[in-house]
Amino acid sequence: MPDSIHLKIKRQNGSRDLPRWEEFKVPYKPNMNVLSVLMEIRKNPVNVNGEKTTPVVWDCSCLEEVCGACTMVINGNVRQACSALIDKLPQPITLQPLSKFPVVRDLKVDRAVLFEHLKKVKAWVNIDGTFDLGPGPRVPERERRWMYEISRCMTCGCCYEACPNFNSRSKFIGPAPLAQVLRFNKHPIGAMTQEERMETIMGEGGITDCGNAQNCIEACPKKIPLTTAIAQLNRDTTIHGIRSWFRK
Amino acid sequence: MKVIVIGGGLAGLLSVIKAAEAGAEVEAFSLVPFKRSHSLCAQGGINAALNTKGENDSIQQHFEDTIVGGDFLANQTPVKGLVEAAPGLIYAFDRMGVMFNRTPEGFIDLRLFGGVKNRRTAFAGATTGQQLLYALDEQVRKWIAAGKVKEYIGWEFLSAVIDDEGICRGITAQDLNSMEIHAFRADAVILATGGEGMIYGKSTNSVICTGSAAGAVYQQGVPFANGEFVQFHPTAMPGDDKLRLMSEASRGEGGRIWTYKDGKPWYFLEEWYPAYGNLVPRDIASRAIYKVCVEMGLGIDGKNQVYLDLTHKDPEFLEVRLGGIMEIYRNFYGEDPVKVPMKIFPAPHYFMGGMYVDWNHMTNIPGLFAAGECDYMYHGANRLGANSLLSAAYSGYICGPNAIKYIKGMQKSAADTPQSIFDRELARQTEITQSIYNMDGTENPYIIHEEMGETMITDVGVVRYEKNLLRADEKLQELTERYKNIGINDTGRWANDVMPFVRQLWNMLQLARVITLGAYNRKESRGSHYMPDYPERNDDQWLKTTKAYWTESGPRFEYEDVDVSLLKPRARKYD
Ligand SMILES: Cc1cc2nc3c(=O)[nH]c(=O)nc-3n(C[C@H](O)[C@H](O)[C@H](O)COP(=O)(O)OP(=O)(O)OC[C@H]3O[C@@H](n4cnc5c(N)ncnc54)[C@H](O)[C@@H]3O)c2cc1C
Repeated sequence: MPDSIHLKIKRQNGSRDLPRWEEFKVPYKPNMNVLSVLMEIRKNPVNVNGEKTTPVVWDCSCLEEVCGACTMVINGNVRQACSALIDKLPQPITLQPLSKFPVVRDLKVDRAVLFEHLKKVKAWVNIDGTFDLGPGPRVPERERRWMYEISRCMTCGCCYEACPNFNSRSKFIGPAPLAQVLRFNKHPIGAMTQEERMETIMGEGGITDCGNAQNCIEACPKKIPLTTAIAQLNRDTTIHGIRSWFRK
Repeated sequence: MKVIVIGGGLAGLLSVIKAAEAGAEVEAFSLVPFKRSHSLCAQGGINAALNTKGENDSIQQHFEDTIVGGDFLANQTPVKGLVEAAPGLIYAFDRMGVMFNRTPEGFIDLRLFGGVKNRRTAFAGATTGQQLLYALDEQVRKWIAAGKVKEYIGWEFLSAVIDDEGICRGITAQDLNSMEIHAFRADAVILATGGEGMIYGKSTNSVICTGSAAGAVYQQGVPFANGEFVQFHPTAMPGDDKLRLMSEASRGEGGRIWTYKDGKPWYFLEEWYPAYGNLVPRDIASRAIYKVCVEMGLGIDGKNQVYLDLTHKDPEFLEVRLGGIMEIYRNFYGEDPVKVPMKIFPAPHYFMGGMYVDWNHMTNIPGLFAAGECDYMYHGANRLGANSLLSAAYSGYICGPNAIKYIKGMQKSAADTPQSIFDRELARQTEITQSIYNMDGTENPYIIHEEMGETMITDVGVVRYEKNLLRADEKLQELTERYKNIGINDTGRWANDVMPFVRQLWNMLQLARVITLGAYNRKESRGSHYMPDYPERNDDQWLKTTKAYWTESGPRFEYEDVDVSLLKPRARKYD
């Protein structure tokens, strides 16, 4: 076992500031993960040259890989830092912020665009109100299972980071919202407004911007069947296109 | 009508939706995007007497289980409202598209949880809180898209703005990127800021659960009720940065707790509590595990840990019903719970106590409401599993409309309040912030926090000795002194993480004393509060709600009778 953990962190004070690398060595303890090492650093913010520095800034909340907050690029791979176990990472460990979103500071980025895209595709079931109308529709357990798989999406941004068709200038709404469209379209109540959702993904930045690189499915920490969902949605858009042509 | 809601968990988001449905203009503040709020950590499920399993479950039974589970400390009339509304709430979530597991006929499936004998817990795999939160997040997004709700993400609530008549007229909050502080007007403010696990350093909670917002308004005069009642969940993974929960659902689905005694597996819960076995309420299970490990020295490998065993169950069954937690255990421990038993130990988990509110969820400051884990209302001395997603949702569900009702009866609206009232509070907060930036001492805030957590876990934990509670309070006072000598290490005015943490730490220290001294004062054992020096429940003297008021020299305590109008207190037995 090494007696210390060697980290190289890309630091930056805002998106216009020039990034610089800072290195740290932290005493090794068993069962650490990237976040617990960052937490050690802030208890004694001194870099590898023995210079005092500011504690590293990063986002995190749940520490059990369900909130998606601590997503960053670790040794070149996009993933959540809480579940990046030190014992499984070659050293030095490099930490970088997600590259496709504006950097706020150090490893913290602004991912507001992810939520904007969910808004754009109307990723919700359009209920009339939260009052009690009695039980909802019965749902076969088999159907429930795959819809549940998609509804576990944490909006962490891994699939965006991996997707060659998404960048800060592209209009592509990205893989995750497309899967959400499919899930809401197949829900018994959600299906009633599926046309509205379909309209949002048929235009610019919509489903045709997917280049089928299939990187998203590799990057998704929850193994959500993104590519299958997008393929299914592609077939549905064709049908939707034919239908709306007939209605004209 | 303008309503401000602080918090994007279940309680906050339902408050937002209900207020928006009633036509109010809503501003919603949260430290993190709503979708990353702590509610998403909830795994096991949400209770409602849907009675879809042919077990004659009833609202009345849910009521009794909750009251007995809470060792009679919960006010009974509000609890009645909670359990009555539960089925309707689940149905509303169902219509929003929550992927509850289904029976073969497509009905909502139910599973067993602790402290009950009927299946009453609706669930979505083992990520129920996530699924409920996402559904509300989606609904709120719809309101945002319609322009009826405005979100402030990455803002921290600092204080209530209170006018000269003592009425709440708005808030101050800080943008955690620009570090700017602003005051906002509102006719009603709803705090739905969640629990305070960080006071114990490590817990099952998210790291944003500091209780700082509650601590702030406590210092503005809102009493903190029943602080001493802290739930330790019996089954969490020991860990360095966090004590990750293994849901009670694992026992609801057949998991068994054991350790070795005389070289053979010993299922001590099943032996000691034959009627409920592994599904005794959490306070009882935690004390049993503590006893086996700490007092009898029978922990696995001589450490503070016992087994939670699911290896006798069918792997596919486990994946469908408990997939989420199996994944957590595999990812963080590197072992597969399908094949080897999990190692667990009790961890701080839930705060039954919280801001004191009336039955409409309003605090003693008119216009300031509290809902969700940050209030004290529904769980008495111990919360039953899967009842808190319910209480968080329900309290938000009624808090929104209650706030509207309050606004309609107001004589003067926030718009009529002079600007000077807001400027005054803004100046106070700016000064506090500035004084933190100026801290250039030698203490590190994160180390003070760590020491506070260690003290709370060892001395104000599952078992509480009088002398240890005193020792803990001394330590807290020492830390409060050392706090003044903090060096802040980062004086940046952009996305500075340390500055807000130092402010939160102060508020945490205030509440830590409320918990510790509240425990010291309560000379009895009830629910999660267990004092070996006073091992029995004492209804004559202590069937009372604790109310702590902030003073310069530490908390001052008052006590208030509990509403026991519906079910006469009786001995609490699970064996
Ligand atoms: C691991 C775990 C598992 C659980 N499992 C279950 C279960 O299966 N069943 C069950 O019933 N209960 C469970 N619970 C309990 C339940 O999850 C919580 O009690 C409940 O979700 C609390 O909801 P809430 O809306 O009150 O607060 P939270 O969801 O904690 O939300 C608090 C919100 O307030 C915001 N906030 C806080 N402070 C500030 C501030 N100063 N300024 C601005 N915003 C602020 C946060 O950003 C957040 O949005 C579990 C708890 C844990 C820890």
